[in-house]
Amino acid sequence: MRLTLAEVEHIAELAHLSLGEEEKVRYREQLSAILEYAQQLQELDTDAVSPTATVLPIHSVTRPDNPQPSMGQDDLLSNAPASADGMFRVPVILE
Amino acid sequence: MEYEAVIGLEVHAQLATRSKMFCGCDANVFEAKPNTHTCPVCTGMPGALPVINELAVEYAIMAGLALNCQIAKFTKWDRKNYHYPDLPKGYQISQYDLPLARDGWLTIEVNGYQKRVDIRRAHLEEDTGKSSHAGDHSLVDLNRSGVPLLEVVTEPDLRSAEETYAFLVTLRSILRYLGISTADMEKGAMRCEPNISLRPVGAEEYGRQTEIKNLNSFRAVRAALAYEIDRQTRILESGGRVERVTMGWDEQRGVTIPQRSKETAEDYRYFPEPDLPPLLIGQEWVERVRAQLPELPDARKARFIEHYGLSAYDAGVLVADKETADFYEDAARAYGGKPKTVSNWVSGELFRLAKESGAAGGVTPAGLAELVSLVDRGAISNSTAKEVLAEMYRSGEAAGEIVARRGLAQISDQEVLEAAVVQVLAENPEQVQQYLAGKETIAQWLMGQVMRATRGKANPQVALALLTRQLDARKEQS
Ligand SMILES: [Zn+2]
Repeated sequence: MRLTLAEVEHIAELAHLSLGEEEKVRYREQLSAILEYAQQLQELDTDAVSPTATVLPIHSVTRPDNPQPSMGQDDLLSNAPASADGMFRVPVILE
Repeated sequence: MEYEAVIGLEVHAQLATRSKMFCGCDANVFEAKPNTHTCPVCTGMPGALPVINELAVEYAIMAGLALNCQIAKFTKWDRKNYHYPDLPKGYQISQYDLPLARDGWLTIEVNGYQKRVDIRRAHLEEDTGKSSHAGDHSLVDLNRSGVPLLEVVTEPDLRSAEETYAFLVTLRSILRYLGISTADMEKGAMRCEPNISLRPVGAEEYGRQTEIKNLNSFRAVRAALAYEIDRQTRILESGGRVERVTMGWDEQRGVTIPQRSKETAEDYRYFPEPDLPPLLIGQEWVERVRAQLPELPDARKARFIEHYGLSAYDAGVLVADKETADFYEDAARAYGGKPKTVSNWVSGELFRLAKESGAAGGVTPAGLAELVSLVDRGAISNSTAKEVLAEMYRSGEAAGEIVARRGLAQISDQEVLEAAVVQVLAENPEQVQQYLAGKETIAQWLMGQVMRATRGKANPQVALALLTRQLDARKEQS
């Protein structure tokens, strides 16, 4: 399983990473090696095994619909790099 | 060549729970101060863990049953991954391959014909935050983040803007009857993203579709689809090819415009949400919910036709809105007379008043029943009753009080009315002559004068009988 450069670029874009040409080549090798290793799992016959939805031995954990106090605007925004009018201020979003 | 539209819908309805989908923050965020309904869970703080709101699940089961869906015995949660500033975790918790409900249908009625629309699936997810644009930067409010949403996806069964409109009205009506969503598009509690393609009539294959966004009302959905059908028809007729793009509806200009889209195809890399164990929905839970389902619009319509003797049209108008149907039913019970009479008042005058003022008026079901009884007893005329109703609507005062205070009670007294008739005839000798000369339609005008002389209070039946008698007597003499 060898990734193409285009696939590496696509993955980088999804992860919001801008890679240099040399990095693309390097990550292509590394990612391909990881995929090849994981591909060993494909050798197993899983026809009779249902897909794993969770690795925990629990299910159906719910809570009643009771509102709890929220944390407050000041607390929330105290970690924000920038804020204005009680909101997070971020670089302009392309629609 | 004749083309037909093929339309499918994705509808998101905000569920009316008190707290959010996966945390305890107050879910009623409409017009709240920005970022005040937030906590570590709904703002994606490291280490915070979501917990499922059981009522949201129950609401989704209700919706699934009302939409004739199969309810999943085993359902799970998945992460839908993408980057956007209003999505603090970098993923939205949704349901991918095992939705809570699937394979349902809904019957709609359009211009007198009925049609079944298949529902592909209905699932739960969390809403994102809200971003607004302010010149060289954007602002993010996370109040909406984590609010429970029900997403309903239809099969591409709709064939026109009208059918789509009817579907949305029907779906909204059901959600409101269930009491699980306000389904108010103008307030963002219901959102709709239609996809639409055209194909030659009779063709099996689908054409290339566009998706329409930025629709903030049912009317906008209808207008945008009509526009898009027209636009795609012109492209196809001129031998062109419809681009597979997302269109945005420009409400001001009444046009759809292509939205700038990123070059990479959508790639959400769904995978099971490791922070939430799956949900098993037992048959007992489903049956308990089914037993508690309220009467839905279709069933209520059938009952109104059967029990109150209303026409299918009248019943349909009344049941479309749950509050209207409740009002009608209370008024019909309080009235005790012919239910059809009350139905005429509700769908006639009351609808007109509501449309004019755009607000809920002060008329109660019992108040309307009292008013209609006053007309039946001959205490006030039909036209006076309309005036009284308008005042009841404005002030909330009772019909009897308004009639007494303004001296509107109808005059049925023979002597009083006879005197008025004689006076009108004496004052209008010319018109009387015309009548005697054979122009009998002038009687209508004379009747109008009698009504005027009594300031509209004359009982029309009694006054007309008296007027006819007086005129006939003069005819015999002449
Ligand atoms: Zn929260």
